[in-house]
Amino acid sequence: MTERYMVGSFAEPGPLLSAVATLRRAGVAIHDVFAPYPVHGLDQAMGIRRSRLPWVTLLAGLTGLTFALAFQYYTAVFDWPLDVGGKPENSTLAFVPICFELTVLIGGLGTAGAFFLRARLFPGKREQLPVLGVTNNVFAIVTHVPRESNDGDLARRIMLEHGADEIEEREGTS
Amino acid sequence: MSAGDIPITTSPAVAPTDLVQPTRWIEGSPSLHRITTDIAQPMEARPGRGWWICFGIASAALLNLLGMVTYLFAKGIGIWGLNNAVGWAFDITNFVFWIGIGHAGTLISAILLLFRQKWRTSINRSAEAMTIFAVMCAGLFPLIHMGRPWDCFFIFPYFPNQRGPLWVNFRSPLVWDVFAISTYFTISLVFWFMGMIPDLATLRDRAVGGIKKFIFRILSMGWNGSQRTWSRYEIVSLVLAALATPLVLSVHSIVSTDFATSLVPGWHTTIFPPYFVAGAIYSGFGMVLTLLLITRVTMNLQRYITFNHLEAMAKVILLTGSLVGYAYATEFFNAWYSGNVHERFHFINRATGPYAWCFYLMVLCNVLTPQVFWWKRARRSIPVLFVASILINVGMWFERFVIIVVGLHRNFLPSAWGMFYPTVFDIGILIGVFGLFFTLFLLFIRALPMIAMWEIKGVSHD
Repeated sequence: MTERYMVGSFAEPGPLLSAVATLRRAGVAIHDVFAPYPVHGLDQAMGIRRSRLPWVTLLAGLTGLTFALAFQYYTAVFDWPLDVGGKPENSTLAFVPICFELTVLIGGLGTAGAFFLRARLFPGKREQLPVLGVTNNVFAIVTHVPRESNDGDLARRIMLEHGADEIEEREGTS
Repeated sequence: MSAGDIPITTSPAVAPTDLVQPTRWIEGSPSLHRITTDIAQPMEARPGRGWWICFGIASAALLNLLGMVTYLFAKGIGIWGLNNAVGWAFDITNFVFWIGIGHAGTLISAILLLFRQKWRTSINRSAEAMTIFAVMCAGLFPLIHMGRPWDCFFIFPYFPNQRGPLWVNFRSPLVWDVFAISTYFTISLVFWFMGMIPDLATLRDRAVGGIKKFIFRILSMGWNGSQRTWSRYEIVSLVLAALATPLVLSVHSIVSTDFATSLVPGWHTTIFPPYFVAGAIYSGFGMVLTLLLITRVTMNLQRYITFNHLEAMAKVILLTGSLVGYAYATEFFNAWYSGNVHERFHFINRATGPYAWCFYLMVLCNVLTPQVFWWKRARRSIPVLFVASILINVGMWFERFVIIVVGLHRNFLPSAWGMFYPTVFDIGILIGVFGLFFTLFLLFIRALPMIAMWEIKGVSHD
């Protein structure tokens, strides 16, 4: 289903921030904001919730830890108990370094993987840029424009008031 | 790092003009577009004569490495100067040296990120690249030291286990090392790549078409600068930094246990993990300094890699160099204080034996050299910084040589003493691995953005 969007581009992060805050106060639905670098305060202005990805890190890390501990215990105690200098078969303390390494390895890879999945990024994905230059020096706000409302005009007016360089209405599939 | 970073609370008694200005990490106030073009320029312009000369030398050394390693595989490690007394020498020295070099990259990218040190933004990308290449160089040595490198996969536990139910010995630090270094390499690679995605997207959008656009499109994964993605991205960067910080400390600690858990006098000491970590960061910063002093000039990046950055690095070098010097002194003190005859003999032999010149060279390079950085003029002088960074690299290589070879050549049984003399293959492989490292680094600065554009933009416009 096609939807209508209003795209406003800005040259500076300051006006962009105040435009986003005003749009939100006015009740305009902001689809997304695009920037060449993470602008401080934009998350709060847009009302983005803090990402829950660290929970993935915790789960993946615990998986790595459990696997490392279980695997070392299994090989050293059950599968082939080996007398190394009279050390006990279950030398838990000696297993700590590998437990730590696998916690970090699986935790890190899991987090990166979850990020790519959640942000829908994958190798070779065709980029969808609201305006050319958002990866260089342009900032852009994209708002939803419901069919039966004058939100479009409101959004256009607010963005112009805050110094948008260019405003364009577009259609696209959501 | 500098006084300029200390937050200042304004009180009515202080006039605004008396306030210390915050340190500027970028010279001038380049526009966002200017930052993109400046940093993309080394990749888009044709390389200059300086790059070609460096690349020629580096790739010649790399070819030499390939030839030497091929001959080594054909003949076996008998072509090295190893013998029954000294079973580890240049090979393991090189291994520890290169692992150490890698540490500065992770320190700059992860630890300084957690400490919110803004000066890291100009140097983190190239330092991370250096980490990856240094770990690759390091990984080569255990491999070629095996004698039967085609069986190298035996160091990993794997399924199905073809050795029956016999597994690797998980109680051995050598096996911990396998895990530590593979994890370190993987996580550093992920961190480096993740940090580069927004810049790869910038390059994709600058590419006019053809193969360049195609490659950058694959690598940039459809990045479009969406704030929802940025928000998650920053969290993920912090999480990865928080994971990489203990990781970098663990890696050289585990490398040090390769030595510390043995009974060899001079190796068997509890000071090793922190001492090795300090030395690793020290040598890593030495190498970062060498590389950046060259590239900032040859690639015209003085605006982004400023004297303030060089000074901050010199301060880290002074700190870690002094820690290393303190560790040297502690080793001698403990050898005397322990009353252990073997320990005492080892340290007397270290300072007066046949390899004493290596020891004094090490002290000169590692303890005395960084002391010049107490002076601000030295911290901001290119010739002083360059010479010091080279001396630190030499000194840190000799530190590992002293620990390994002096430890082995005369220990418990005098009838088993021996000397190690490097052969042409030991030296050739040492030179060759520098060729591998510099070839990779020179290709990196031509093919990928060596400064994180998006981070510079954030620092310069916030």
